[in-house]
Amino acid sequence: MKSLIKALTEITGPSGYEEKIRDFIIDQIKDHVDNFEVDALGNLIVRKGNKASNGKVIMLAAHLDEIGIMITHVDANGFARFSTLGGVYPRNMAGGRVRFLNGDSGIIGMEPGGTIKSVPDIAKMYVDFGVTTKKDCPVNIGDVACFERTFTDLGDRIVAKAMDDRVGIAILIELLKNAKTGPNQIVGVFTTQEEVGTRGAASAAFGVMPDIGIAIDVTITGDTPNANLMEVALGKGPAIKIKDSGMISDPKVVKWMVETATHAKIPFQREILAAGWTDAKAIQVSRDGVPAGCISIPCRYVHSPSEMIDINDVTNAIKLLSNLVSKTISI
Amino acid sequence: MKIQKNKEWRAPRIRPKNIELLENLSNAVAVSGDERAVRKIVLSKIKDLVDDFQMDALGNILATKKGKGRNLPKVMLAAHMDEVGFMISSDEGKGFYRFEIVGGIDPRQLAGKPVLVGKDRIPGVIGAKAIHLASSRERKNSISVDSLRIDLGPGNSKKIQSGTWAGFATKFSQIGPSLRGKALDDRVGVATIIALLENPPENIDLLVAFTVQEEVGLRGAKVAAYTLAPDMAIALDCTPSLDMPLWDGKENVEYRSKIGQGPAIYIGDGATLADPRLVSLIRNVGDEYKIPYQIRQPGKGGTDAGNIHKQREGIPSISISVPGRYLHTAASIIRLKDWKNTISLLHASLSHINNQTLKGDRRR
Repeated sequence: MKSLIKALTEITGPSGYEEKIRDFIIDQIKDHVDNFEVDALGNLIVRKGNKASNGKVIMLAAHLDEIGIMITHVDANGFARFSTLGGVYPRNMAGGRVRFLNGDSGIIGMEPGGTIKSVPDIAKMYVDFGVTTKKDCPVNIGDVACFERTFTDLGDRIVAKAMDDRVGIAILIELLKNAKTGPNQIVGVFTTQEEVGTRGAASAAFGVMPDIGIAIDVTITGDTPNANLMEVALGKGPAIKIKDSGMISDPKVVKWMVETATHAKIPFQREILAAGWTDAKAIQVSRDGVPAGCISIPCRYVHSPSEMIDINDVTNAIKLLSNLVSKTISI
Repeated sequence: MKIQKNKEWRAPRIRPKNIELLENLSNAVAVSGDERAVRKIVLSKIKDLVDDFQMDALGNILATKKGKGRNLPKVMLAAHMDEVGFMISSDEGKGFYRFEIVGGIDPRQLAGKPVLVGKDRIPGVIGAKAIHLASSRERKNSISVDSLRIDLGPGNSKKIQSGTWAGFATKFSQIGPSLRGKALDDRVGVATIIALLENPPENIDLLVAFTVQEEVGLRGAKVAAYTLAPDMAIALDCTPSLDMPLWDGKENVEYRSKIGQGPAIYIGDGATLADPRLVSLIRNVGDEYKIPYQIRQPGKGGTDAGNIHKQREGIPSISISVPGRYLHTAASIIRLKDWKNTISLLHASLSHINNQTLKGDRRR
């Protein structure tokens, strides 16, 4: 599992440019599923199992994309300015490196000014490729990049860039490979452009028309020094989302998840997230409405180049989801 | 994707009547939610050019112009009819009216501007204290909308009800290579689509939307795209240029777009990450046909494409804008040659769209 997560987090796939990660996943799952397709916005939609008369179509969504940057201008001396794709925090940029789709790397530099403690705006930052002219700059306006940072194995805890949401991708791959579907059909949707506003999930849900929608994503935690008050902690099990700032989970879905976890003796946590949302937000309001929920993997330092999760939460999330999708569902 | 230039292709010409149309469109007052004046002009121009047209529940005009043949790609073009402006919020007597801003206008742009209010286009002015009477401290601060009033004169007291729309009153003019007017965002897009309907490409089915309420959140485009359900979409808009030289002679790295440098093709803005296949198609057409173009600097902002591309099962979309200075003020400026090149680039690009254009996954 760790090696799959490592491989996934090392791929560059900013919002709107998810083709590399999509190709990697197709390679992983193609022999294990009934069919797959790529829709107009680049969502990878994978089907497994047949819906029986007492079954449900369950959409499980994990997003392909990660936050990144897009070049806006290359100046006469070869420095490249950029804007952001998704929630990139200026304070996480200092000393950072970025890798472009074509493999080129550069470092983030900042204009002087302010104090040693202050963080400049993104507009005052640039990518330095070590070149001295515009002609030698390897990128052009519109080129995209993501953080460059190695995967680190700390034992139970693992750290990488883009754990949001490659850990969700890893869980969905495992599920599609191994889960029994019972009377249900699983529609695994690897969505695009989540970080810029759950755009892929919205169009995917319109096409899939699921009976139940579940996002698999990360959530922040309250278990670090002086953290904001939040019940969720690393290693205490997958979090069953009750509410975030974009969605109130369907109470019937929450009840189904809680009862399933309790019955199967799988540790879980209840999640209420003050700021942030997932693909479930878009799925819930698709067409005439979809009962929706979310299984979250607790994650520290979300949207930084070093996002930390606990591998036991991943294992337990797979167990919980396997239990959820393999049985007759009465909601 | 390799583009072979079609040697038979001729750029559609912008004739004086096209400029006259843009003048009429620019002078018409059609603030978001009250697009009647522009809708009327559009309907009169397109009714004989299209196969069918309708007005939907929100006031969008939807029209189709079929190409020659069956199973042609369905390409949606969208331009918004509405402009930023004002809504009267209360009558304060003696011809003074309190108002709210509709869409995005910097309050610093308001004081002293002539406006037209209501169906009868009653002329008025947004009043502010004359410099003779303003203290030095007052002159340093911008005046909040709450402190401003539209002055219609005592004869117009109690004539205007709250909820009435008002817009800037600037008249269109051609100044050398430039066109100046209010609401060129996005009347130039509206005029572009009409020019295209006069010279429609025959290899595609054109689905056209003249949309409402773009300036208040791309609202009309959302339902227009649902109805039209196209295979792909192009939003035609007007994008702000901040291309003036910097005072200290440094390189301007935040110009957004530059007037005179050709149509601005979008790769990404705040609302849409343009379909890479359409980006490369249009860029390649620009290169092969030697039509100047520029890439709009990625960043904030949005066009109708922002709500079109998310509609139904996803609609590959892109935007092309005429760059303009001083947008969302009483007087914006565009270059005539940018408009001409926009029509040429759009026309040539559409002529290369076929059923293979979106074959294969979305990827660079």
